[in-house]
Amino acid sequence: MAELVHLTIDGRPVEAAPGTLVIDAAKKLGIEIPAFCYYEGLSLQAACRMCLVEVERAPKLLTACTLPVAEGMVVRTATPAVAQARKSMLELLLTNHPLDCPVCDKGGECELQDMAFRYGVGESRFAETKVHVPEKQFSPVVFFDAPRCILCYRCVRICNEGLGVNALGVVNRGAVSEIAPNRGDHLECDECGACIDICPVGALTSGIYRYHARPWEMEHVGTICTFCSNGCKTTLGVRGNRILRGNNRDRSGVNGEFLCIKGRYAFDFLHHPERLQSPLVRSGGELRPVSWVQALGAVAERFLEARARGGRIGVVGSNRTTNEENYFLQKFARQGLGTGSIDHRRTGDVPALLSALAGRGDALATVADLYTTKAALVVASDLAQQHPLFAFQLRANWRHHHARVYTVTRGPVREDQYSVQALRVPPGGELEAVESLAPALRKEPELVILFGGGIRGAAVQRLVAFGDSLGIPVKYVCLVDYSNSRGAFDMGLAPELLPGYQPAPNPGLTLAEMLAAPDLDVLWVVGANPLREASLAAEKAFVVVQDLFLTETAARADVVLPAASAYEKAGTVTNTCGEVQRLRPALKVMGVKSDLEIFGLLARAMRLELGGARPEPVFEEIRANVPGYGVPAAVLATGGAAQTCPAAAPEIPPRPDLVRPASDTLFTSGTLGRYSKVLSSVLEFPGELYKGAGE
Amino acid sequence: MTFSPDLEARFARLLESYPPGRRRSALIPMLMYAQDEVGAVTGEVVEEVARRCGVTPLQVDEVVSYYSMLHRQPQGKYHVQVCTNISCLLRGGDKLYEQASRKLGIGHKETTADGRFSLEEVECIGACSWAPAIQVNYDFHHDMTPEKLDKLLASLEKIQ
Ligand code: SF4
Ligand code: SF4
Ligand code: SF4
Ligand code: FES
Ligand code: FES
Repeated sequence: MAELVHLTIDGRPVEAAPGTLVIDAAKKLGIEIPAFCYYEGLSLQAACRMCLVEVERAPKLLTACTLPVAEGMVVRTATPAVAQARKSMLELLLTNHPLDCPVCDKGGECELQDMAFRYGVGESRFAETKVHVPEKQFSPVVFFDAPRCILCYRCVRICNEGLGVNALGVVNRGAVSEIAPNRGDHLECDECGACIDICPVGALTSGIYRYHARPWEMEHVGTICTFCSNGCKTTLGVRGNRILRGNNRDRSGVNGEFLCIKGRYAFDFLHHPERLQSPLVRSGGELRPVSWVQALGAVAERFLEARARGGRIGVVGSNRTTNEENYFLQKFARQGLGTGSIDHRRTGDVPALLSALAGRGDALATVADLYTTKAALVVASDLAQQHPLFAFQLRANWRHHHARVYTVTRGPVREDQYSVQALRVPPGGELEAVESLAPALRKEPELVILFGGGIRGAAVQRLVAFGDSLGIPVKYVCLVDYSNSRGAFDMGLAPELLPGYQPAPNPGLTLAEMLAAPDLDVLWVVGANPLREASLAAEKAFVVVQDLFLTETAARADVVLPAASAYEKAGTVTNTCGEVQRLRPALKVMGVKSDLEIFGLLARAMRLELGGARPEPVFEEIRANVPGYGVPAAVLATGGAAQTCPAAAPEIPPRPDLVRPASDTLFTSGTLGRYSKVLSSVLEFPGELYKGAGE
Repeated sequence: MTFSPDLEARFARLLESYPPGRRRSALIPMLMYAQDEVGAVTGEVVEEVARRCGVTPLQVDEVVSYYSMLHRQPQGKYHVQVCTNISCLLRGGDKLYEQASRKLGIGHKETTADGRFSLEEVECIGACSWAPAIQVNYDFHHDMTPEKLDKLLASLEKIQ
């Protein structure tokens, strides 16, 4: 590391690495230099002049946000000249800015308001009429109110640099400059809302949250996004038992501030009018609402009866339920119902990766690794569509550390903007293409390989063998589709695997086999919708479904039990990298129960001894019993992400035939996506915009 | 869209004159030349130049809307640009602008019915040392006076 530079700020000595900006050096001392346009992680803009400071021997005030520290530099931030400069800057910013904070959506969390309060003057010398422009709607998500804009360019930079979407710009100049969307009068973009959250003022507001509440009226609940497998922390703003917004301004979680449209806004499925809020039992051919006692009694009776006569029972678990629920469900199936037929819809071949790695836990990459690795190879996945956080991480890594990214995909992907090599291959041809990159990859100091669900079975083995042959440290990410797809495998929702990838002694039917078995007696489906794309051969089977909505599968059920979503419960989920994080319940929905609670009640009704069905004891059991899950409890308790380290998957025959990636896009996400009005209201839904890309 | 062979050749040279990865630097000259040939920076020109420079159409719009010498509508055959920025203003630029406006019967960013003249009040054109200054198309006219302006306009009238 280069030698530290010594300087003094407001008379206090501080040392900083060469290249550090004065504004950041001051932060180390706890000295705030006010700033609007400076934003950590984005390019320097020096547009607002709010950060002016006095530097000894400099003829005029300098912008601390662009000034690198120098040996012996003497900086003053608390002089009359600086105070006066701040006042003047604020006076200028307020020239055309409306002074109607009481009715502005940003009121209470507006940086301009705060700055005016701390550094401004109470009056203005401008008597002229303010320039007024009517508010515009750029998309169902993004609204723009030009007069409030202070032209800090944060929105433009997060969209162009951060996401690579390039949907925002600044047109005109001077007092009539304004933010413009990429399609004339509207936006065609990722609709992620990053521009809205990063806006220091009320110029950009969201169609979802605007004018619904004042920020201080909400409770803020940090939990994990329930959509894709990347595991972003989303902080839900809750008031009166409704979620009003999602964001992650405190940068907690693996995602920092990043969220895609799903994590930020698609929580609205929760309040969908078709949400099931009462158990249903089929009588006279129709599903009719009954009490929980009746419904659970009916299920317990049929389960006991089927078990007693050795009937065939199939259990299908979920890609979205918690680890605790998955663990308990497989225990329920295997010990309580005596069936080995338990499975889930597999979206990536995690067992194949773990068995190929043969216990090398350190070869599993984390989300953080994507930001630091020197090189990355993306195989058979369109990250921007299916793993938005990873696309953002890799891009940030390239922007900040010049990471070298290689892609092998079916069609164009957003990484093409900066990747060092982009190979286009038809599905099935990926491995050959990957192998052709060997000479280049060998020269990299290290590599993270991310691969989609198209790479499975023997192909995963071949990929790992290829990685091993490079002679450099290689880490892997097996990309799966949903928020707890990884946890479903880890917790043994597969006939051949017990929790922690231990071989199951008596493997039962796979999901496809259950659906095809004409003599199946009971099918118990938890948070899944297999009958959307397949039919159930056993016409007489007794079908129990736990879900949020009357899906195709639920519509065929004999008993439907209304379940709580991830935003309504506690527990843990594991992202596609294998990092466990904790869910926190944000609210309660009338009439529903968490799947875990349902399992517990059913177990009691059946007099099964399966242990307490509450998240904490079940997680303790997981920590104690599931190989790889002995993670530090403190990390989870404090809202952190703990990497699991599963043992080697056993030598079991690979089942690539069972892996069926869901092919969701940025704007779809299985059942939940279908019930989100926000997702279906954006022009880009269902994601046709990027047709032909990736896997 | 294609341009005349001359312009195509010029564009090709332009794109080569910047370091690799800096194609976007050709943006402003390209827009100027395209405007001269097409008559205005039309939507089609924006799309085309964006494609050639490797930027988004919105990024081209940012530039077009920023620089007053780029026009979305065709200008008159003689585009009279009167500077009223500070140096010129102090030396009567605003009076010259009013005079031109009266003479031509058009206002800021307007074009005469016969399409011969258009008028624009512009910011500093970098000729402060010879203020007040007027620019007609690409020609500069320095140290202007009301008489010189009358003569200038009359001489332009005469050219067919
Ligand atoms: S919503 Fe996201 S993608 Fe769309 S303009 Fe804003 S930052 Fe860009
Ligand atoms: S809209 Fe907001 S973020 Fe964008 S430039 Fe204006 S003030 Fe800054
Ligand atoms: S990237 Fe995935 S986890 Fe993150 S907000 Fe989007 S859907 Fe949720
Ligand atoms: S923060 Fe330094 S100029 Fe805006
Ligand atoms: S002010 Fe007119 S040329 Fe500079």
